[in-house]
Amino acid sequence: MPPAQKEKSKSAPRFESWGRYPQYPAHLHGLHWQSDFPQLAPKLTAPALAVGMGRTYGDGCLLAGGNLLVTTGMDRIIAFDAATGLLTAESGITLAQILDFAVPRGFFLPVTPGTKYVTLGGAIANDIHGKNHHVAGTFGCHVPSFELMRSDGARILCSPTQNPQLYAATIGGLGLTGVISWAQLQLRPIVSRMIDYEGIQFHGIDEFLALTQQYKSSEYTVSWVDVTSTGRNFIRGVFMAGDHSATPAPLKPSPEPKLLFPFEAPGFALNHYTVAAFNALYFHKQFVKHQEKLQDYEPFFYPLDSILHWNRMYGRAGLVQFQYAIPWEHAREATVEILREVAKSGLASFLAVLKAFGDRPSPGLLSFPQPGITLALDFPIKEGKTLPLVHRLAEMTFNFGGRLYPAKDAAMTPQQFQIFYPQWQQLEALRDPQLNSSLWQRVTAQRNP
Amino acid sequence: MPPTNQRILILGATSAIAESTARLFAARGARLYLVARNQEKLNAIAADLRVRGAASVESALADLDDTSAHPTLLQHATQSLGGLDIAILAHGILGDQPRAESDFEHAAHILHTNLTSPVSLLTWLANFCAQQHHGTLAVFSSVAGDRGRKSNYVYGASKAGLTAFLGGLRNRIDREGVHVLTIKPGPVKTPMTQGMKGYDKFADVHKVAAAIVKAIDARTDVLYVPFIPWLPVMFIVRHIPERIFKKLNL
Repeated sequence: MPPAQKEKSKSAPRFESWGRYPQYPAHLHGLHWQSDFPQLAPKLTAPALAVGMGRTYGDGCLLAGGNLLVTTGMDRIIAFDAATGLLTAESGITLAQILDFAVPRGFFLPVTPGTKYVTLGGAIANDIHGKNHHVAGTFGCHVPSFELMRSDGARILCSPTQNPQLYAATIGGLGLTGVISWAQLQLRPIVSRMIDYEGIQFHGIDEFLALTQQYKSSEYTVSWVDVTSTGRNFIRGVFMAGDHSATPAPLKPSPEPKLLFPFEAPGFALNHYTVAAFNALYFHKQFVKHQEKLQDYEPFFYPLDSILHWNRMYGRAGLVQFQYAIPWEHAREATVEILREVAKSGLASFLAVLKAFGDRPSPGLLSFPQPGITLALDFPIKEGKTLPLVHRLAEMTFNFGGRLYPAKDAAMTPQQFQIFYPQWQQLEALRDPQLNSSLWQRVTAQRNP
Repeated sequence: MPPTNQRILILGATSAIAESTARLFAARGARLYLVARNQEKLNAIAADLRVRGAASVESALADLDDTSAHPTLLQHATQSLGGLDIAILAHGILGDQPRAESDFEHAAHILHTNLTSPVSLLTWLANFCAQQHHGTLAVFSSVAGDRGRKSNYVYGASKAGLTAFLGGLRNRIDREGVHVLTIKPGPVKTPMTQGMKGYDKFADVHKVAAAIVKAIDARTDVLYVPFIPWLPVMFIVRHIPERIFKKLNL
């Protein structure tokens, strides 16, 4: 490669999704003020997409050849009601910034994903869920209103009663209905940073289901599952339950993370043996079958956030995520069969997460969660192996009546997507004509007959 | 314990680093007076600072290029704050170096905004602080002022002049109990630098702000931020012999 070209590819600003697969070039623009988008929109000739921290795994935060509008400069708080915990903030504020502000004031996020490095706008656009889905529903359930900026200059206040169609289409709307300038978020009170934690080892899907039933009144439940083991250890894992501690304790802000994954690991670093060893270690990290302890919320909710850029562990090729939600009717058999297929493939997955979704409906039109079981897996990209497996798993999910999570997808077909989300055409009708994403272009490419 | 109830004037308050710095002072309960050119942006920042805990936030619209308006502006600001503990001067422009190479008016504009205007403000503020034997003047210069480089020497000249002015001012009024802080940021991720080569690797604005607050508290004289790599890098850059330096593409 000639030096000039090399230098250019190295220094040109890039925007990657968290899986670092796929990669597309795009023009980057920063949105720092609510007035930036209305000023910029008329000047753009190619389609645009608002993006935040780039924590979407696949191509949901990418737009090949288009304009990516990075919202993280719009991170101001507009109002906060200390009595009710209602926060109003610009959409580029991160959940980490919200926690820094809210925790010392005795409030916590109503719903949080496994990373706090996502923006408020991104959390709405993907209608994210967390360990409390079975009691609290999705993030969108706690967003009473927001303002949408359209590329034609309109600013539209959206709530369940004002412009309810756009309100619903924007929650889980993948950023396609407009750019959110600000949003309200209903926080929940806490008296301590600490979580009353319980960890219970389980063997097999039935023990998992029994624990899910037993702990259904715990606010937070999630399971880590070993997907490399077969035979006696098939579907072994650790069921984790937690509640905010009711014992008042100092509400200090969190320290800054110190660790940084410093380089891209070589492609061979993650193989069946290293991942199987990791999984065995993780399972036995907890020496006893049942453990109870008081744990800070940081390691409980965000174990990986303490290592910035942990995605580099997957090397240059990146990773794909795969997450399904399968209704109770087929949830048990589907989970067993899909996990068997994963174990058989020998394609390692570190961070397999199993959880039961609850039945609180989301206000979002294209929201992913539905009552049943959800399983999230990640796979390093291995040439010729990973994508065929993911396609097989998607097909199985499809056959079991489940659906996949667009925020964690890089592989589902248009036909699958359009059956998973038959309401997609309503979103397409409300899409801002100037906005699009590589994900949306992919899954709407061929019309379903 | 960090001081509370500090009376802080911020000139160029809509700059990203100044705004992030203001948030940290707001969280301590400071009283803030913001000056910038855009009312809508000032309103957005003021609302945020109030929610974060500022004891009071007032603001004034001003174009700081207009030096004749400075005395009235500063008088009003210090009266409104009931005195002054810290003044932060953050306004400045990067300018367009290629244009400044052939368009003197543009070069003069860069020098006016980045050098003449702060000199005017600092003349008033230094005398105010010297009289009360108290106060901090925290001023944004730049590592670009440490040595002229072909890629930004007009901007660099304005900042070199400012750095020299601040050094002399410190020498004059440190003995009056006034703290002069020269802030030399390396490239920071802000709207001013967006789209520049290497933007991905620029420093995080919130970390730079935290370093500035720490330097104000500690009464530091000169702050290179981020400290690593800019302190050692600029030491080397300053000491490369000119006969070699002139051949480099910097």
